[in-house]
Parts: sequence; structure tokens; C-alpha cells
Amino acid sequence: MSQLYSFLPMLLQGLVTTIQITVVAAVIATVVATVCGVIRYSGWWPLRAIVGIYIEIFRGTSCYVQLFWAFFVLPLLGVTLSPFAAAVVVIGLNVGSYGSEVVRGALKAVPRGQWEACVALNYSTWHKYRYVIVPQAMRLAIAPMANLMVDLLKITPLVSLVTISDLTYEAMVVRQQTGNSFATFLTILVVYFVLSSAIIAVFRRLEIHFSRGAETFATNKEAAAT
Amino acid sequence: MTGKTNLSIKAVGGTGSSQVAEFPYRETRLAQSADKQVEFRSIEKRYGHHQVLSDLSLSIKRGEKLSLIGPSGSGKTTVLRILMTLETIQGGSIWIDGKPLWHEERNGQLVKASQQHLRRQRAKIGMVFQHFNLFPHMTALENISQPQRIVLGRPRVEADVQALELLDMVGLRERAHHYPAQLSGGQKQRVAIARALAMKPEIMLFDEITSALDPELVEEVLNVLREIGRTSDMTMLLVTHEMTFAKEFSDRVLFMDGGRIVEEGEPDQLFSAPTQDRTRSFLRKIIAAGQRI
Amino acid sequence: MTFDFDFALQVLPDLVRGFAITIQATVGGSVLALALGLAFALANRSENRLLRVCSGSASEFLRRTPLLVQLFFIFYVLPDVGIVIPPIWAGILALGLHSSAYMSEVYRAGIEAVPKGQWEAALALNYHPVQTWRRVILPQAIPPMVPALGNYVVLMFKETALLAVITVPEAMNTARDIGNSTYQYTEPVTVVGILYLLISIPVVLALRFIERRVHQEAA
Ligand SMILES: Nc1ncnc2c1ncn2[C@@H]1O[C@H](COP(=O)(O)OP(=O)(O)OP(=O)(O)O)[C@@H](O)[C@H]1O
Ligand SMILES: [Mg+2]
Repeated sequence: MSQLYSFLPMLLQGLVTTIQITVVAAVIATVVATVCGVIRYSGWWPLRAIVGIYIEIFRGTSCYVQLFWAFFVLPLLGVTLSPFAAAVVVIGLNVGSYGSEVVRGALKAVPRGQWEACVALNYSTWHKYRYVIVPQAMRLAIAPMANLMVDLLKITPLVSLVTISDLTYEAMVVRQQTGNSFATFLTILVVYFVLSSAIIAVFRRLEIHFSRGAETFATNKEAAAT
Repeated sequence: MTGKTNLSIKAVGGTGSSQVAEFPYRETRLAQSADKQVEFRSIEKRYGHHQVLSDLSLSIKRGEKLSLIGPSGSGKTTVLRILMTLETIQGGSIWIDGKPLWHEERNGQLVKASQQHLRRQRAKIGMVFQHFNLFPHMTALENISQPQRIVLGRPRVEADVQALELLDMVGLRERAHHYPAQLSGGQKQRVAIARALAMKPEIMLFDEITSALDPELVEEVLNVLREIGRTSDMTMLLVTHEMTFAKEFSDRVLFMDGGRIVEEGEPDQLFSAPTQDRTRSFLRKIIAAGQRI
Repeated sequence: MTFDFDFALQVLPDLVRGFAITIQATVGGSVLALALGLAFALANRSENRLLRVCSGSASEFLRRTPLLVQLFFIFYVLPDVGIVIPPIWAGILALGLHSSAYMSEVYRAGIEAVPKGQWEAALALNYHPVQTWRRVILPQAIPPMVPALGNYVVLMFKETALLAVITVPEAMNTARDIGNSTYQYTEPVTVVGILYLLISIPVVLALRFIERRVHQEAA
């Protein structure tokens, strides 16, 4: 175990890479999910069909296959991306395809009456989404989004298979050098566990923030009685 | 434009075959006299193959208080929703202040209305819903003040002051900072009325605004309506099952059945001496169900 | 650079053979996950607090850590402690463990959805707890779970591609080998992707159909 300490800087280096990939891919996934979710909910049908095809392709295959394709096939087709860029784009698109269904579901779950009230009050489309629909859809989307972000973190180790030195890659190196598989992998399993837990904690806070007005039935009754 | 031109109107949106309703544009405009604020002309409304309104015509005077009564499914709500642009029509046209609602004139042709045109026309209309449709993530005050700010562009202070005044009027000033989930049904509906009033519409639509409420909460909401009726000269169009209130409140009552207006008249006449069999049998059922008229 | 159809056709049989192994791993992993998931779900409801806490944290840990690292852990650590199993078994073990943690949540929700009156009726009829589970609760709880459980099976099917990294000769590994020896990656990897889609999309559509049916019956 003690010899593992000398490899700590390597693992830290890998951890930084893992966090970078996670954050950048999460941003891409969120943007993709929002745009594609809105299109899936209310878009012009040809656009909706194209987004539908994208979603089925990315959800129908493993992220590993997609990464492999981006790394070995895209360059042959003349598209060259840096490994980091290719990794975050593929992971972002992969998680974004699941996320767009979350966004679509959340928009669908905002009651019809809310949309109608916006018409009756003469809100513009932008104001309708900005002030009424999105805040309510957010509350519904946050819990599933938290799960997706944990999933995103959990697929980042795949980048170690395509030459990026993330936490898992460094762990493989350490394992080879120390021969101590148990300690090495246990260490990074714990690190991933902590990272996942942190993501979940952040989203819990967000959920509380967006739950404005969503009081329990009990307080509702109470207030009505007074 | 010459007097002979007949302009065709394209039916707007909707499902199924889009029909073309033709009518002499110029005549219509001349026929639109000053006191007719709203006019429905031969409206056709279908959901798929289900005809909900057929050849429905109706005009409403400025400042008129009009009640719509009739059995369930007769199309009362649909009339209000069409006027609020929540539903499209398959034929006919609607006119507000001499301008078509779903169409606008471009190069002498009536074409499908643009978003701007719809928003301009909608600004004259407000609606209160059966199920309130308050925004759950905003307090009572924000529900009333935000639409004024973002739609009418009023400064925040002015909008808040206006909102508080209206909350005062509906007797809920001390509930200003409560969320809808913390209010009773009657309180929610009073906030919703205040929210619609804050937008200063010329025409207000009320769709069975007391039927989702417990019986003991109905009166507090009706009192607010009485107050509005007494103090404002807004045109008010209400769908209601409260016959006593309709009789006391309205200038004119319309009885609808099967997507048509069967009978209309002043409340005293329509309730005490209906001329149509269907009206009579509807009123008998209402009385049998225990309502006083 | 274009897509070489002849080459794609030429490698197709090898890739299909790879898919046979992919499917074996999926079936093995699913059986393990379905059984272990139920065990987790039952343990989570157990009256023994220690058992509850242990199974709860184990399934939480499995859900919050990456499958690939779990796979490496099993593949590299088991031999160190003297347990030598073929790579495919290590893969099935990892897939099954990872997925069971998710399936236990499906079981939990399904079990909680059975009305309380059913437990009370079974008690009133003096059923033994085992009989209550076997004859009353599970028969009602499981059918509505089928779509959700099925989705996890499809997810696992896609994830079997990871077994390539522990030398299991499944489809993805075969494609990679072909690429490494011929320097033509485009065709094998694309064909693998398409084969995955050809299998997963019909299954997903079928699951959606079943889900709608289940919803209709509930309504
Ligand atoms: N979205 C819809 N899709 C299909 N049919 C509809 C829809 N909305 C209303 N309808 C039908 O249109 C008819 C008129 O409905 P409407 O809601 O206008 O009736 P109403 O007179 O308001 O009845 P109630 O007193 O029950 O509120 C009904 O037969 C109803 O079933
Ligand atoms: Mg109605």
C-alpha cells in the first residue's frame, strides 16, 4: 500500500483529466439535451425526425463503439479532432441523447393550463419559456439529470481505452508498475464514488432551489384553514 | 378597394380538411357598427370529425355582461377558448373592434394572422380559468406583477403597487407572499382574477370559475365578480352553472345546446319565460337538481 | 477514403460470430442481475438492520462507480487471490453485479406499487411470508416491471462491448482485431455499430409496445 503513495501525483494528474472531461462533456450534454429536447417537444417535423435519428443512433450503441468510431474512423474520413475534443464531443452527444428525452418529458409534464395561461396573459414565446415553462420543467428534470451526470462520469473511463490519460488510465499504469491491482483499483473506485456523490449532492441543492412554491399538501391545508 | 371585391378567407390551422370560408369583406366591415365589440361570424369548430360548433354567430356589445349557459358538452368553453385564441377554427371569422382575430389584411387579401397581430388582438382579452392556472413557482404577488412587467413593460414598482391594490380588492393583501400551493381554491381563484384584471383587458372571459371550488368558497369569488361588474365597464363573457348569479349579473343570457345558440334574451325573460322546448327542459333539470332560479 | 463494401461483407461472418459471444454474455449477465437484483431488493426490505444497511450501501456503491473499473477490478484482482476464471465469466460477473444494483431499484418500485391491502389480505388468510411473496406479491409486482427490466437488459447488451478490453472475443474485440491486422477500421467498427442498432432498436420498440400495453391495462 505504501508504495502506492509515490504514484499519487500520477493518479492526481489523471483525476484532473477526468474532472475536466466530465465538466466539459456535461456542458455539451446539457446544451445538446436542451436544444434537442425542445425540438423533440415542439419542433418543425423534419428537424424533429433528424433529432430522433440522432437519439436512436446514440442510444442504440455503446459509448465505447462511438468513441472507437470517432478515434479510428473519423480521421480516416478526414475529420481530425484532438483526443480530448473527440472524447468530450462523443460523451456529450451520448449523454445528450438520453438527456433530450428527459427534457422532452419534463416539458410534457408541465400542465397544459400553464401554457394556456401564458397565451391568455399574452406572453411572448421567449417569456413563456423563460419565466413559466423552464422554471417548472427544471424542477422535474433535475433528478433524472443528476442520474445522467453520474452516468456521464461513469463512462469517462472509456477514454482510457483511446489513449487519454484519465484516472483509470493512470491506475492501469500504476497497477502494472506496482503489481498491486487490489489497492490501485479500490482507490480509484472510492474516488469515483466520491465524485458521483458530489454530483448528486450538487443536484440536490439545485432541486431545492427550483422547488419554489412546491409546498407539501400539509402546509397547503394549513394555510387554507387559517 | 372597390365595393365589389369579394375576399376569401383561408381557414386557419386546425385538424382535418382546411375549409375556405368566403364572405364579402367590405359588407362585413360596414356592418360592424361601433357598439359591436366582438362578433362571431358563422364559426365552425371541429375536433377531428366531431363537430363542436356549427354556424355559430354572435355579437357582443361594448360593456355588455353576457352569460353562456347550457348542458355539458354544448360548446360553451369552446366559445371562450376560441376568442382567447387557445383553439383554432375551421370556418367563419371572429372580429374584435372591427378587425379580424385570426386573419389580417395584407395587400387587400385576408391572410392568416401573424404572431404580432395575434398578440395585439389578444392584449384586449383576459381569461380566468376553471382550474386557476396560477404559476406555482411564483407568489401571489409575483403572479400578478410579473405579467404586467414582461408583457406590458410596466416598471417593477408600478406593477407591484398595482398588484397589491388588486390583492386588496379581492381581499388577499396579507396573502401576497404566499405561493399558490399555500392558498385555498377560493383564494387561488381570486388571485387569478386579480392577475387577469392587472392586464387591463377590455374583454374578460370567465369559464366556470367557481365549479372547481368547495361550495362554501363559491360566494367569496362571486362577490369579487359582483364588485368588478359594479365598478368597471369591461365587456364580460361568462360561462356558468350558477343560474341565480347569471340572472342577477348579466345583461343577456345565451342558452347553448349541441354547438348552437338555441335561445337568447334578457335574464328575466329567458329564465321565466323561455320560448324553446330545449331551454325549458334544461331549466327544469337545473331546478330538479336543487338550484333556485 | 470510402467505405469498402466488399471488405465489410468479407468480415461480416466473423463479426456475427462475435455477436454470438456478445449475446451469451448478455444472457448470462441478465440472469445474474435479475436474481441478484431481487436479492438486493428483498435484503433492502429485511427486518435485519445490518443486512439492510449492507445491501443498501453495496448497491449504492455499485451504482456510483464505473462499470469499466469494476470490470478491471474483477478481472485483475480475482486471479491475485487465487480465483482463476475464464475472462467471459469475469465479464458476466461484472455486468451482472453492476446491473443488479439498478434492477433492485426497479424491483423496489414494483413491490411498493402493490397495494397495502394485498399484504393485509394475505395476512388475514394466514399465508406464510414465503407464500405471500411467491403467490401474492411477486406475481402482481413483476409484470409491470418488465419494460424497465428489459431496458436494463438492452443497456447491458450495449455495454458488453466493454468485455473487449478483457480479451473476451465478442463483436467489438473482433472488429478491433480485424482493424489492427488490416489497418482498416472503418468497415468492421461501422458494421458492429449497425449490428448493435439492428438488434437493440427492435427490442427497444417491443419494450415500448409492452409498456404502453401495461399502462393501458392499468388504466
Ligand atoms: N381537446 C378536445 N378534443 C376533442 N374534443 C373536445 C376537446 N375539447 C372539447 N371537446 C369536445 O367539444 C365539445 C364541447 O366542449 P366544451 O368544453 O366547449 O363544452 P362545455 O359546454 O364547456 O361543457 P362543460 O359544461 O362540461 O364544461 C364536447 O363534446 C367535448 O367533448
Ligand atoms: Mg366547459
